[in-house]
Amino acid sequence: MIRYTLGRLVSLGLSLVVASLVIFAVVEVVPGDPAAYMLGVNARPDTVAALRAELGLDGTVQERYLGWVTGMLQGDFGVSYTYRTPVSEMIGDRIWVSLPLALYALSLSVLIAFPAGIYAASRRGRPGDIGVMGATQLGVAIPNFWFAMILVLIFAIKLRWFSAGGFSGWDAGVWSGLKSLTLPAIALALPQAAILARVMRSSLLDMLGEDFIRTARAKGLSRRQALWRHAVRNALIPVLTIIGLQFSFLLAGGIVIEQVFFLPGLGRLIFQAISARDLIVVESVVMLLVFLVIVVNFAVDLAYAAVDPRLRTRA
Amino acid sequence: MRWPRSLVVGAILSLVFLGGAALSFVWTPYDIELLDIPAKLQSPSLAHPLGTDQLGRDILSMIMMGARTSIAVALLAVGIGMGLGVPLGLLAAARRGSLLDEAIMRGNDLIFAFPSLVIAILITAVFGAGAMNAIIAIGIFNIPVFARLTRGGALSFWSREFILAARVSGKSPARISVEHILPNIANLMIVQGTIQFSLGILAEAALSYIGLGAQPPTASWGRMLADAQTLASIAPHVALVPGLAIVFMVLGLNLMGDGLRDLLDPRIRVTRT
Repeated sequence: MIRYTLGRLVSLGLSLVVASLVIFAVVEVVPGDPAAYMLGVNARPDTVAALRAELGLDGTVQERYLGWVTGMLQGDFGVSYTYRTPVSEMIGDRIWVSLPLALYALSLSVLIAFPAGIYAASRRGRPGDIGVMGATQLGVAIPNFWFAMILVLIFAIKLRWFSAGGFSGWDAGVWSGLKSLTLPAIALALPQAAILARVMRSSLLDMLGEDFIRTARAKGLSRRQALWRHAVRNALIPVLTIIGLQFSFLLAGGIVIEQVFFLPGLGRLIFQAISARDLIVVESVVMLLVFLVIVVNFAVDLAYAAVDPRLRTRA
Repeated sequence: MRWPRSLVVGAILSLVFLGGAALSFVWTPYDIELLDIPAKLQSPSLAHPLGTDQLGRDILSMIMMGARTSIAVALLAVGIGMGLGVPLGLLAAARRGSLLDEAIMRGNDLIFAFPSLVIAILITAVFGAGAMNAIIAIGIFNIPVFARLTRGGALSFWSREFILAARVSGKSPARISVEHILPNIANLMIVQGTIQFSLGILAEAALSYIGLGAQPPTASWGRMLADAQTLASIAPHVALVPGLAIVFMVLGLNLMGDGLRDLLDPRIRVTRT
């Protein structure tokens, strides 16, 4: 287990280094000088040069990359070109929208997918199964941002149960915060729940064909008892992987959903930064998202290596 | 041979959109560049079967033109994925265990670890919004899908006797890969290609919805939805129609993929995440 963990740690570090290089390189090639852009067309060259020095744009490429990475490692994400506030503060404000949204959606996805997948597997080939599978086909085909618009139309505009967008903030209480995240979370969760339910079902069906299920049945357990006591737990291993992957979809998908609901999360921050050419913000937020995704996948890998010893040897 | 029902239904749905997109090259009910403000936001009628949008343009015509964009972007993105992924996968399988194999597979893992939408947004934001950059952004994430699938499929054939026979007869690994392995894994590629095609349609819609896909005057379903967002309460059809177009197109492709899988080889299993 220690060797496996170390191996995974090395590849985690490598992924992060390559990710940071790629992001830095992509942002580096953007045409245009942020300092000139901020000061406008009438700025004097010496003012632009002074601002470039202040923003740390006058170093070599290597210096700037190292400066960016070492800064981030110390929690310093640089200073926004346009707002002149530390990027870490801007991220700090918004991550409390994006992260809860992703977690909320993930919980909903699991809450919908597990019962649906288990139900479908236990009714294999019967109308209940066909119904659930049909619904999941539809679920994976619906774009989440369109589903979000439909939800707004029905629950915010027609029924007035929720507000159509915006975020009340956590200061107004957990309940009102959760309420403003509910429609976005449902929109995000539904397509993911459809995928998860399909994985849950097929994983369970694989398990139900295993010898240990036949043994359990031979010992006198009913089909249902064998399913609940033995199959479900074992079927969870592939399901966990997908849940790990889904977290990254939900975090990234949140960028689009935040646009639908005008939520002040990381997604909106990225878009504002892109249109204002605030490259340091774009770079840092994208890096943060990639970091979160890579670390979550790492944690999932470790979690199921801990659960299933067979996986450790693959490292 | 009986055709799987999902294949028939899926193929019909997909053909409707492919046909509509093809037809739009020679004919659309109305010219979508002609604005007719007095006729704005009309509900579906005989003159405009799917209604009109906020500028009085015929939505059916817009959907036909948008299908062209969606299909072109998704198809080219699958082309990039297959064009680079399949040769890489074949190479990795032919040199299995080598440093090259290791490098290709680690590279794949790395791309998989990135949240694709975030990177697609980064690419299109930096290099400019547009259909071409959307194709590249979506295509990059198709490469590891096909590389992995090809390598896995190819490896299962490299140990077979007919490959051994080909090696004994003096064929080079490259020739064996192309002449013997590739035809045998073509089924897998077709099925996965259909699935990536449908994912590409969804990705294109999301990118153009947030304004990073095809730019005006090119019609696109995602941007139609973005335009419709504030109008949905007055004229629901402007928001419903493009969304339903996406749903039916993606549903059709997914059903077709499932049906093709059953038809071509009941044993193969394709991963879908």
